[in-house]
Amino acid sequence: MIEICQLSKKYKYAEDFSISKLDLTIKDEEIFGLLGPNGAGKTTLISILSSLIKPTSGHFTINGLTYKEHSKKIKQIIGIVPQEYALYPTLTASENLFYFGSMYGLTGNVLKDKMNYHLELLGLSRFANKKVENFSGGMKRRVNLIASILHSPKVLFLDEPTVGVDVQSKNVIIEYLQQLNKDGTTIVYTSHHLNEAEDFCHRVAIIDKGCIITKGIPTDLIKQQKHTHNLEDVFLSITGKALRDHA
Amino acid sequence: MHKLVASIYKEALLLTRDIGGIAILFIMPLVLVITITLIQDSTFKTVSASKIPVVFVDKDNGEVSQYIFNGLLASNSFEIIKKTSEEEAATLVLKGDYQLAVVIPEDLSVDLQKEISNNVENVLSKFGLESDTVKTESKIKIEKEVKLYFDPATQGTFKSAVINGIEKMVSQIETQSIYKAFQSQLGEEDTLIFDTKSFITFKEINPSNRNQEIKPNVSQHNVPAWALFAIFFIIVPLSINIVKEKNQGTFVRLQTQPVSYFTLLAGKTIVYLGVCLIQFTLMLLIGIYVFPYIGLPKITIFERLPLLYLVAVFAGLAAIGLGILLGTLAKTQEQSAPFGATFVVILAALGGVWVPVFAMPKGMQALSNISPMNWGLRAFYDVFLRKTSFFEVLPEITMLFLFFVVTSAIAIFYYKKKNAI
Repeated sequence: MIEICQLSKKYKYAEDFSISKLDLTIKDEEIFGLLGPNGAGKTTLISILSSLIKPTSGHFTINGLTYKEHSKKIKQIIGIVPQEYALYPTLTASENLFYFGSMYGLTGNVLKDKMNYHLELLGLSRFANKKVENFSGGMKRRVNLIASILHSPKVLFLDEPTVGVDVQSKNVIIEYLQQLNKDGTTIVYTSHHLNEAEDFCHRVAIIDKGCIITKGIPTDLIKQQKHTHNLEDVFLSITGKALRDHA
Repeated sequence: MHKLVASIYKEALLLTRDIGGIAILFIMPLVLVITITLIQDSTFKTVSASKIPVVFVDKDNGEVSQYIFNGLLASNSFEIIKKTSEEEAATLVLKGDYQLAVVIPEDLSVDLQKEISNNVENVLSKFGLESDTVKTESKIKIEKEVKLYFDPATQGTFKSAVINGIEKMVSQIETQSIYKAFQSQLGEEDTLIFDTKSFITFKEINPSNRNQEIKPNVSQHNVPAWALFAIFFIIVPLSINIVKEKNQGTFVRLQTQPVSYFTLLAGKTIVYLGVCLIQFTLMLLIGIYVFPYIGLPKITIFERLPLLYLVAVFAGLAAIGLGILLGTLAKTQEQSAPFGATFVVILAALGGVWVPVFAMPKGMQALSNISPMNWGLRAFYDVFLRKTSFFEVLPEITMLFLFFVVTSAIAIFYYKKKNAI
């Protein structure tokens, strides 16, 4: 379970808080969607939860553990799928997975078996020994995902895992994530694909300007808002149609 | 331990996948050491295939000008082009067509002879001896100038060498003329009463240990100096490697994994230290096996190999520490690459790779003492040229190791401070 309490983050030289006094609880084995326009604070929240940046104030626990006291333990039970392809382009898929798996402490046949299993599941076995730099966007996304789950994390953070991939790759990724969730992994996921989130997430929270505006089961949120037929309608009715460009 | 081994394996793979980068890393230092050694060798060789063209204007047409002309010819360093006009010679040098013009003034031989005869007569008259020969006409002291026109682009060391050479020739002919004048005044022109050969001569002795004299040559000087320069150039690819990881996102992933920054850096250190040692080995092999084939003196190592590698290891560690610090602090490759390259050149200059430390101004000498390249160079020269023992290079290698520890510690401290949760 992830418990977030009064979590805030203000970047150096920024005028406003990226996230402000967030309170949120994500239950075990839940698929939780963090939705919001550009600059809403989704990536900041995921970055804090995955220990990449420190919050300005507030605190959070993951499975009852805090970073200050149990940094290594938390890192062992979480997996992070970053927005960018966090892979070495000149290494093959297998070499990348071997390295990142080793960094989780996996060794020998256990690591090899896990690599082969996940490569097979995501349709990449044939390309295991090819350099990542020659892969399509969808293939890179899938390797990026495998690199984060080799150690069977209890909690998986995904920052827009299906951005820039074709429908087939997206379908494979979503099915794969659903299987992981069935096997007991809690998934926290950000996306701009609201239809995908509607089908995929057990619960979602819509964040705007660093604050949670609403949260709940997607079908309940659709019912609560007037003249809305899907999550995208809910999203637009809550966050408005104004552009959110920022620099 | 497994994480460290995996890190080493990954770094080695990344390096070997960049064949162009590897080639540059290993071939460029070799090209550098061969080029510099060849150039320096030809500069200081007495018998050189290439000769410097010099314009010679002889307004004297006498014994002295002929002596200087012959002296320049005999040096084998100059190709002499005779001109009659001083103005023409000066123009040619100013245009950069020639590096040097030597202008011998009118009546130099005659006036020198008169000056010497006057002096000799004066000396003899003090002893109550009168000359049989006709007294010289003038007793007025005449000063003569041999003019040297230098190309403005000519370096100071070359100027000094030429001026010293000509001064020496003029001094020799003056001495010989004085002896001749005495003989003439004493009426002993036909018999040799003065030995005009130099009484004081010089012998170059190279202090040596263990009864093995190493004659310093251009290779013994250049191989360690440029090997060290190449070793320190590891800063550039190493810092780029770290910055690239930060920019391509792999570092973000590693930050979320249960692995310490120390382990990641240890993996890089071991692999890049291996690169440094391969570079060093190639340099030595070039010095031993290739130099003799291209007319350069072979480097002599004797039984110094373990000590040489020990110095190379610590010099490599110092360079790697600096590379790690630079890579950790820099945000982009545009920051790390030019800074790294320029900084190595500055360190080399401060370290005495180009100009010996003793020839530097006092302030720069003080700065030189805190340059890791200076410690490395001193240690290499100690082993290569002075044949010292392990204990004598211990201070230098200790400094190099401390430098590695301090720079790596700063990098880790900075990383932890920046990423503390």
